[in-house]
Amino acid sequence: MSNFSTTQDHESTGISNQKLAMWLFLSSEVVFFAALISIYLFYKRLFALGDLTPEGLFDIPFTSVTSFVLLMSSLTMVLSHNYYEIKDYEKSKIWIFATAFLGTVFVSGQIYEYTEFIQSGLTISSSIFGTAFFFVTGIHGLHVVIGVVLLIATGSQMGISNSNRIYSLSIESLALYWHCIDIVWIVIFTAVYLIP
Amino acid sequence: MKTKSKTIYKRPNQKSKFFDLLTTVDHKKIGIMYLYTGFVFFLVGGLEALLIRIHLAQAESTFLSAAEYNSLFTVHGFTMVFLFFMAVNSGFGNYLVPLMIGARDVAFPRMNALSYWIYFFGAVFIHSTLFIGNTAPPEGGYLSEESNLFSNAVAGGWFLYQPNAGIQFSPGTATDIGVIGIIFLGVASLISAINLTVTTFNLRAKGLTLMKLPVYVWMTQVVSFLLIFSLPFITIALFTVVVDRQFGGNFYNVAMGGDPILWQHLFWLFGHPEVYILILPVFGMISEIIPVFSRKPIFGYATLVFAGFAIGFIGFGVWAHHMFSSSIQSLAQAGFGAATMIIAIPTGIKIFNWIATLWFGKRNLNVAMLFSIAFIINFVIGGVSGVLHAVVPSDWQQTDTYFIIGHFHYVLVGGGLFGIFAGIYYWFPHVFGKKLDEKIGKIHFWILFLGLHLTFLPQHWLGLQGMVRRTWWYDKGMNIEFWNLISTIGSLIILISVLVFILNWIYSKRMGEDTEFDPWDGRTLEWSTPLPPPEYNFYDIPKVKTKDEFWYRKYSVDKEDRSISKGNHTEIKKYTLATTLMDTSHIHLPSNSLFPFITGLALPFLGWSLIFRGSFTAVVLLLIGVLTLFIGIFGWTLEPENE
Repeated sequence: MSNFSTTQDHESTGISNQKLAMWLFLSSEVVFFAALISIYLFYKRLFALGDLTPEGLFDIPFTSVTSFVLLMSSLTMVLSHNYYEIKDYEKSKIWIFATAFLGTVFVSGQIYEYTEFIQSGLTISSSIFGTAFFFVTGIHGLHVVIGVVLLIATGSQMGISNSNRIYSLSIESLALYWHCIDIVWIVIFTAVYLIP
Repeated sequence: MKTKSKTIYKRPNQKSKFFDLLTTVDHKKIGIMYLYTGFVFFLVGGLEALLIRIHLAQAESTFLSAAEYNSLFTVHGFTMVFLFFMAVNSGFGNYLVPLMIGARDVAFPRMNALSYWIYFFGAVFIHSTLFIGNTAPPEGGYLSEESNLFSNAVAGGWFLYQPNAGIQFSPGTATDIGVIGIIFLGVASLISAINLTVTTFNLRAKGLTLMKLPVYVWMTQVVSFLLIFSLPFITIALFTVVVDRQFGGNFYNVAMGGDPILWQHLFWLFGHPEVYILILPVFGMISEIIPVFSRKPIFGYATLVFAGFAIGFIGFGVWAHHMFSSSIQSLAQAGFGAATMIIAIPTGIKIFNWIATLWFGKRNLNVAMLFSIAFIINFVIGGVSGVLHAVVPSDWQQTDTYFIIGHFHYVLVGGGLFGIFAGIYYWFPHVFGKKLDEKIGKIHFWILFLGLHLTFLPQHWLGLQGMVRRTWWYDKGMNIEFWNLISTIGSLIILISVLVFILNWIYSKRMGEDTEFDPWDGRTLEWSTPLPPPEYNFYDIPKVKTKDEFWYRKYSVDKEDRSISKGNHTEIKKYTLATTLMDTSHIHLPSNSLFPFITGLALPFLGWSLIFRGSFTAVVLLLIGVLTLFIGIFGWTLEPENE
């Protein structure tokens, strides 16, 4: 963003402004998701009240596959960042779009899952379980969508000029965000799908 | 610094003054804009409070309808906490932090402008409720009067307890507008907190290590961390309410098993740190003012800073003391009660630090100092009545009565507002190059001091006699009319004092005593600039050797720890004023940008489209909002680095 003052004439942490800001934002995000998941766990004891229960509804093999896809997108993100660091911008660009693609696959899987559940009668207003489920996974899904938009935007910028360009959001900060969203999904997947 | 990339847009220039306001990224201008906007909302919130007090002046009053009364006390809380207090703290923080750490601007100047514009449009959004909001009474409900302008606002109390503020008991769009507005303000605060944290950690002048930072910078820093870690709770909590109200969710629907206590936990997990978010910057300001006018370094700098950390840290562990009368376990009650008592220790440390600084100091009792000393007195009264609530059985008696109202108004008005006035009197010369008038200032101080105690001291007694808070009606002959009347008279006296202050402001801006440089013999770096400071703040980025750097450029210390003037004050002054005439072409400042304004402008449209969901208007509003957001963000990313 703004590099109007160089770090040499300042006392600083040695971390670039943007990266530090991203870390601070992510620390806030982590608390955000902690509260989110806590709400789900808090209401878990009431899920038996509704007609539809998690046990009867979840298709764990299917969700495991989409979760695996999301986890693999972290790998492609690392590859993209790695190629960016060694200035191989063509490959970096390929992998950043691959990451966006895997993210899209995950979101598509979520949309498919939602349609299935809604057809079975689980909606946001049908029971506490419905409200909590759609709330937790929906907010996470929204974060993935924002991530995909940022990935595509940054990837396209790499196409315009691939040398010396100061990106509005550096690949590294973007990667931090993307990994954070992935890790949060592991926790959500465990809390929502796996814990009986 | 010209970038080679294709110049798609030009960065705006500063030709017109109004356009400069929309596009400025200068931290000082943004800080002042925050202060002015915050002060406007102080007047709005104050008038709301006056209406409430006038209504309560006599028993069985019908000055306001019940619906109007409910809206007024709710909006009074929202306005004072979110639109006045947090804005003014943001304003001081924005203005002072870069100057105190010897930086030319904050780390992300455009983000800084964005946080102001989100705050501004969030406030616009909240006030749009007057024209588009409604609080339709629930069917067969108690409040069946017609609604009017005043009752068109959110009416669930500032902490929006569920299910009272849910769709069943508070239908109508007013609550939704309030809730979504607070989400916007939270985003603004988060951006500003991250920005100030990065600034403090990455842009300090050479030699200014962390334990040499002025106490004010430390306190803003603690507040930034509190914001970063407590705003997520309120955001999630408000999201659950939006889901419940807009999409038929069951979070607080008791019939489906929803648990209203969850809302209380989430709200107070934010709400209690929020109390410290409001008061800690004021602690910081007091810690700057008292040493200057006692002509002594602050007593126990490290303990003062670490007490601030402790308050911030323990502040996260006491939220349930707001909920003693709800169904939480007695073990939890004991634990939270104990934690609440513990938090009095670091606060006490600070009080003793300030008293020890005053002790044997060469005190100059000017207006800023009077406000600071009154701050200590008022805050101790408010603090002591607060500790009473840590005792659970005592809290059961006092909760939801006027005792609580009296307590937190002593802390926030007697403490917070007095501290803010101290700050205004102290830094006014820095902003405008003129002093606020001392004589009018003393009149302002004494009237406000009288008004404060007259208004809020009787409320303690009213509360102990059993007058519940948020009551619209009390019967004759309950023996509470007299003190209610006194309290109302007190609030009118506060109004007079505020008018005196506005008079002083207008008078002093035109005819105040001019100061070009260092009027108070200051200690910290912000006083080493010419007054008012040039856009680039410091001609040379200062190099720092000690704490209170600017003081030790003027004074040396003898064996008995007394400060001896080096006699170079006029020399420093001459040089500093001369720098304003020197060539500044080597100083690079960020250029203005219109895109923070545009990005902020998008938010109310998105909010309104959610409120009117399902209608054609909503589609139009959504399109406008998304398009504006799109233009804002893409313009932002594509605009050239600097002109």
